[in-house]
Amino acid sequence: MGKYELNKNLAQMLKGGVIMDVTNAEQAKIAEAAGACAVMALERVPADIRRDGGVARMSDPQMIKAIQKAVSIPVMAKVRIGHFVEAQILEAIGIDFIDESEVLTPADELYHVDKTAFKVPFVCGARNLGEALRRIGEGAAMIRTKGEAGTGNVVEAVTHMRQINDDMRRVKNAGTEELMSLAKEFCAPFELVKYVHENGKLPVVNFAAGGIATPADAALMMQLGSEGVFVGSGIFKSGDPEKRARAIVQAVTYYNDPVKLAELSENLGEAMSGLEIKTLENKYAERGW
Amino acid sequence: MVTEECGKTMKIGILGFQGAVIEHQQHIQQLEQEAVIVRYREQLETIDGLILPGGESTTMGKLLNRTGLMDPLREKILQGLPVWGTCAGMILLAKELEQDPLVHLGVMDMTVKRNAYGTQIDSFDVRMVVPEISNREIPLVFIRAPYITRVGKAVRVLCRVDDHIVAVRERNMLATSFHPELTDDSAFHQYFIGMCRK
Repeated sequence: MGKYELNKNLAQMLKGGVIMDVTNAEQAKIAEAAGACAVMALERVPADIRRDGGVARMSDPQMIKAIQKAVSIPVMAKVRIGHFVEAQILEAIGIDFIDESEVLTPADELYHVDKTAFKVPFVCGARNLGEALRRIGEGAAMIRTKGEAGTGNVVEAVTHMRQINDDMRRVKNAGTEELMSLAKEFCAPFELVKYVHENGKLPVVNFAAGGIATPADAALMMQLGSEGVFVGSGIFKSGDPEKRARAIVQAVTYYNDPVKLAELSENLGEAMSGLEIKTLENKYAERGW
Repeated sequence: MVTEECGKTMKIGILGFQGAVIEHQQHIQQLEQEAVIVRYREQLETIDGLILPGGESTTMGKLLNRTGLMDPLREKILQGLPVWGTCAGMILLAKELEQDPLVHLGVMDMTVKRNAYGTQIDSFDVRMVVPEISNREIPLVFIRAPYITRVGKAVRVLCRVDDHIVAVRERNMLATSFHPELTDDSAFHQYFIGMCRK
């Protein structure tokens, strides 16, 4: 078994869980206590990146190390699209997972990181099956929807998940003679298209991300077929982060139980204020290809 | 699938809060037994054995407490319900964790060191013969794995890797640092189903 298999295996261990954005050790502890299955260490949550503008980069390694020290669950961190040196740095400090993320300002307009050059696993965003398979072709061990981070608006995550599902249905139902043309249409590696045709699913774990703000949002993504969720700004930009974090963790476990979901959705305080996608100046989902 | 030779179909529960649940379910189904994903207290009454899967032990521990499953499950195990913890599941079963005051179910007399090998870069796999389980070499996959640093008298060591204890049995309880559910080999699942039959 190679390193890549072991990395895909770690992603399997995260299934049914919630990965939360945290900006310091204190938030990381709150996330862990709430039941997060991993944390994403970053300097500013996407909502703040969106508000402040400017170039968003990899976080300070010292801050990431403080978070690694504070919790026992896996710690992830983001690098800019194509910025393989940021990835080398995160690998050097023993990060558990790297998110090559459109939330940060891309460092390369043409190429994503060659993820096969690393021992550490990568998760990448995707809006459709072709994009997911291109990232997997580059060595991603996990996929997430791009959604539209920092908006508190789940509509783009839903769109991306539905698109991936639609594309997979097409590939699954196609005749074998159609697969090469589908690979061409999706701009995706043929072998991976063949895998989807034979197995009816992606070869790696697929999470939802981008705009998830409530337990109902999380359960919605799970019912649409995602295997877990990332929550970025939705927790620490809300009125009562601790309570909301706990509720979202349980909503992912009981995503098919409306009675439980009703209980979990009660009295959570204010959700983060959301943004209408049409009004955005910058759509992060359009970064990367 | 009830025949004289294989006996009654066993109903094997898999704790379905988080982690590698479906992977265990597939192994159980391949062995022609019934697999149930357990998320509610009432389900504990209907199963012949329970698998605590790999995933994050803190997440599962919190959810066991919040859903009120922790105490009834502990009671069931102490009364003899066969249980198998893989990785995170092993941590849930341990009476003691190294450098961590936390105890979850606390039913197996052993001390477990979490993330004992390091971060994800240190995850690895080996092939070994585990005589209690099978006389063939089987693949053992370690993902941010724990190992056991102390065992009580009633605990039998089934496997060591590099001098570290990674599989044990104590009466109705089985624990492994590694993940048989991530491989194609069903020997451990077969063994556990055997434990449930007795």
